[in-house]
Amino acid sequence: MKWGMTADLDRCNGCGACVTACHAENNISTVGADQASRGRAKHWIRVERYWEGEFPDVRLTFRPVMCQHCENAPCEPVCPTYASHHTEDGLNAQVYNRCIGTRYCANACPYNVRFFDFFNPSWDKPLQLQLNPDVSLREVGVMEKCTFCVQRIKATTNQAKAEERALVDGEIKPACAQACPAQALVFGDLDDPESAVSRLSRSSRGSKLLEDRGTQPKVTYLGRQD
Amino acid sequence: MSLASHQRINADLLRPLRHTSWKFYLLVAVFGSIVLVAVSAWLAQTYLGFGVTGIRWPVYWGFYVTSFVFWIGISHAGTLISAILRLVDAGWRRPVTRCAEVITVFALMIGALFPIIHLGRPWLAFWLFPYPSERLIWPNFRSPLVWDFFAINTYLTGSLLFLFLPMIPDFAVVRDMSTGFRRRVYGILALGWRGTTKQWHRLETAMQIMAVTIIPVAVSVHTIVSFDFSMAPVPMWQSTIFGPYFVAGAIFSGIAGLLIAMAILRRFLHLERYLQPVHFENLGKLLLLMALLWGYFVFNERLVTYYGNEPSEMAVFWRTQRESFAPLYWTMVVCNFVVPVVLMGIRYFRTMTGCVLASVCVIVGMWLERFLIIVPSLGHKYLPYSYGIYRPQPVEIIVAGSTFAAMALLYVLFAKVVPIISIWELKAGDHQGRDLTPPAAEEHPLGEIHP
Repeated sequence: MKWGMTADLDRCNGCGACVTACHAENNISTVGADQASRGRAKHWIRVERYWEGEFPDVRLTFRPVMCQHCENAPCEPVCPTYASHHTEDGLNAQVYNRCIGTRYCANACPYNVRFFDFFNPSWDKPLQLQLNPDVSLREVGVMEKCTFCVQRIKATTNQAKAEERALVDGEIKPACAQACPAQALVFGDLDDPESAVSRLSRSSRGSKLLEDRGTQPKVTYLGRQD
Repeated sequence: MSLASHQRINADLLRPLRHTSWKFYLLVAVFGSIVLVAVSAWLAQTYLGFGVTGIRWPVYWGFYVTSFVFWIGISHAGTLISAILRLVDAGWRRPVTRCAEVITVFALMIGALFPIIHLGRPWLAFWLFPYPSERLIWPNFRSPLVWDFFAINTYLTGSLLFLFLPMIPDFAVVRDMSTGFRRRVYGILALGWRGTTKQWHRLETAMQIMAVTIIPVAVSVHTIVSFDFSMAPVPMWQSTIFGPYFVAGAIFSGIAGLLIAMAILRRFLHLERYLQPVHFENLGKLLLLMALLWGYFVFNERLVTYYGNEPSEMAVFWRTQRESFAPLYWTMVVCNFVVPVVLMGIRYFRTMTGCVLASVCVIVGMWLERFLIIVPSLGHKYLPYSYGIYRPQPVEIIVAGSTFAAMALLYVLFAKVVPIISIWELKAGDHQGRDLTPPAAEEHPLGEIHP
């Protein structure tokens, strides 16, 4: 198993459904406008907007950016407590309980996809009722980031094992991929050459973000064709 | 030299220990309250959440890590300078060594607090220690932060020993001159020192060993601190020059710190007879050397980056060179290079005042240097979408600023209980050339057998 994702920039229309879905699925607390303006917002996935050209000849590109789950992740060796580490199925895991908050991993991450909990999380009532019981809450002082919805991966894998069958491609969908109305995000097993994500990531349109940093990301971006 | 001169040395250098003026209490009260304010500020930060600092996405290190690197740098004053001067047997070192070694120990103690102060969950700081636990989880030995832990602890242990060893005969002097409780305390500290030839011989051997050992340790410490940055793929951080660059900067700021401390001690403890212009001038020459070395490293770092023309690095480069951080950058260049080179390079200015002036500039400049290495790079990593601006908040300014008061407080307290100039080394300086190699069989030149 080697989990990976593709993001089709031709399909992405920047609606932000992935961001919302991610917040709901992963119990990511919102911090309010004031704190957000001070750089404390936590968006495990974000839609980066890049404008090219001068008005009115503007070309706008959206790029959803989440943890790239690098094979050669800069965040992993620098963590003094193994909070950031590599799992056997290639995920770039973050163990919240082991994190002491040196924030070194976030500095080392070229993509800036790691987020620090500056305060204890809180939810306005009744929003606390929609918290996902499968995902732990993070207390103040720890680092958090996209997990590829590891809770869904585990649950579906266990279910398949219980039913004594192999996983079906497309059976596991992280919240962002599930919510994407344009189906720009495709998730799956990169070790299976026939899976949708494998076929897409082999596309000639494919490229990796900051590939020259040597991080070997497992997210492939399919470039715009126009 | 005569007995009279020995007695005068004793009287002069032990005066701060025997007489307490109101100035001492005033200084302790002032510096102590600043430190208390800072401690409460940090407790408030821990209680309210780390968000009260100015740290933000993506600038996750700021004033605290700057202070960490700065104080570890200052710590290179002492031990390194005093070890080198001891090894080359520079006669003028005698009144300087202890002031310097004390700076090392205290600066290390202050600097080593910052990795804990800056933690998101400081109550779990012990997870950095390699202690056997039932969970069988060791710290990640690949992490430069764990290397820091070992490097700083080694250096702190080494410098404590290096500071303590030459204090033993002085403790004995104080012990012999005092009574009651004080005599008991100094008696314990003096470790049964009687001044026999064998004891002197062992002391000299131990100090030689420590002096040789501490130099590579000191060099390695700041190299490892530089690894905190150069090991991470951040523009302008990933530089092979950081090791020697940081060590040079550390010694540079260390000498500046030492010069300031000496000038203050001289004034307040009336040590004019011992800390003479020649000591300032000699250290001023060292400061000049380090200023030139620092200038070389900065020029090298900047030129290589500019010539390499890597886009993400150039973004940071221009940001410090002529954009938002340019005022700080050029202040740093003036403080660290122009002022010290002019003041220390021209003999006319190489006076005590000139040395102190240059040193203050260097302290400011070196603090800015660390800040300018850390913050502009983090705020300007690869993806333009995630650029960010760091603004320090009151709690960080208080805690970072109070470290200077903490240093002063520790120094005042230390000078109260230990002679700040090594008495026996000063006396040994009177016996030219025989002090460091005592003949084992003869009577030691210091000759004082304590009953």
